[in-house]
Amino acid sequence: MGELLLIALSAAVINNLVLTYFLGICPFLGVSRRLDMAFGMGAAVTFVMTVAGVMTFAAHKYVLLPLGLAFLQYIVFIFIIAATVQLVEMYVRKMFPPLYEAFGVFLPMITTNCAILGTCLFIWLKGYTRLSEALVFSFSGGVGFTLAIVIMAGMREELELADVPRPLRGAAITLFIAAILAMAFSGFAGIGR
Amino acid sequence: MNTPASLPGAGQRFTQGLLPENPVFRQLLGMCPTLAVTNSVAGALTMGLATGLVLVSSNLITSLLRRQLQPHLRILVYTLTIASLVTIADRFLAAFLPEMSRLLGPYVPLIIVNCLIISRAEVCASKQGPWVALWDGLGQGGGFLLGLLAMGTVRELLGAGSLLGWRVLPAAWENWVIMVLPAGGFLTLGALIAVVNWYVQRREQARGSEPDHG
Repeated sequence: MGELLLIALSAAVINNLVLTYFLGICPFLGVSRRLDMAFGMGAAVTFVMTVAGVMTFAAHKYVLLPLGLAFLQYIVFIFIIAATVQLVEMYVRKMFPPLYEAFGVFLPMITTNCAILGTCLFIWLKGYTRLSEALVFSFSGGVGFTLAIVIMAGMREELELADVPRPLRGAAITLFIAAILAMAFSGFAGIGR
Repeated sequence: MNTPASLPGAGQRFTQGLLPENPVFRQLLGMCPTLAVTNSVAGALTMGLATGLVLVSSNLITSLLRRQLQPHLRILVYTLTIASLVTIADRFLAAFLPEMSRLLGPYVPLIIVNCLIISRAEVCASKQGPWVALWDGLGQGGGFLLGLLAMGTVRELLGAGSLLGWRVLPAAWENWVIMVLPAGGFLTLGALIAVVNWYVQRREQARGSEPDHG
């Protein structure tokens, strides 16, 4: 149990996907203008990440490795992610129409979110061998993503009122804020692994 | 050629990709490798070349397949094509440059979800012939490489006082460790984008036209 807690803490805060591995930067910069949109994106990503993380883990461990097809890993992973996103989209549209309206364009966009594929690959690179570890790691990765994008959106809503020099408007000032956030998060480095 | 008159030709696609529509500084595509592997010039160079190679091949294949593509399946076709090409590039790197392969780690397979490659397949290769697509890939890939090299040069020089592993700054230089850490990536990219914006806006003002928001 304590081990799982450490994995969760490490994935969500210490090795935050966005601020230490630069995964999912596109939505981080693109959809972080308003707090509610950022939260919607974070929720959608967390959901898909958890499902995709567990599915790719199972596919790799129980199908690809026994058959000696590990070199097909990337193709199979991206296929599973695309299929998961498609299924989730169909399911949510049928069962929870209001939620589907709220997610809007975010759901299809998630296929090309590098945070998802990155998480699926990190499960292997970090050497997790049990399904429970994969589940906890991918879920808390999503929580970490949500945390980063929501903090960012909160700051950017304040920024709307600030007088920013013209060349810095848009992406540049956002990246500077991200740099300060990354510095803050690097304070966690060294706790656990 | 059957290129529609409204779409740019091969030469224009090439030069557009290098600077006016530079993927890193103007389109802000492919941010994840731009920030992650540029703490050394060697990493930036390898990543730029690998991405460029995949981009050119994927553009060629997509362009040859463009008449068979079904609209609702096209994203899946792009993704699977790119995933196969990246697998080849990854095995190649692991075989011939094992050190570099270890250094880049998960960022090589992550070329699959580099939005730049899918965006070029959608914008150019699925609409135009292989000749134009080839030059578009070379231009955008070259622009991406330029962007990565600019980032890598600044970060390695300030963060480690060296270039490609060679010490260039005097021993008295105090390394800015922050530049090789994640925060330095955001900082450098923000500063470079600001410089590019400043230059573009100044040139537009000199021309007296209404500046657009980049």
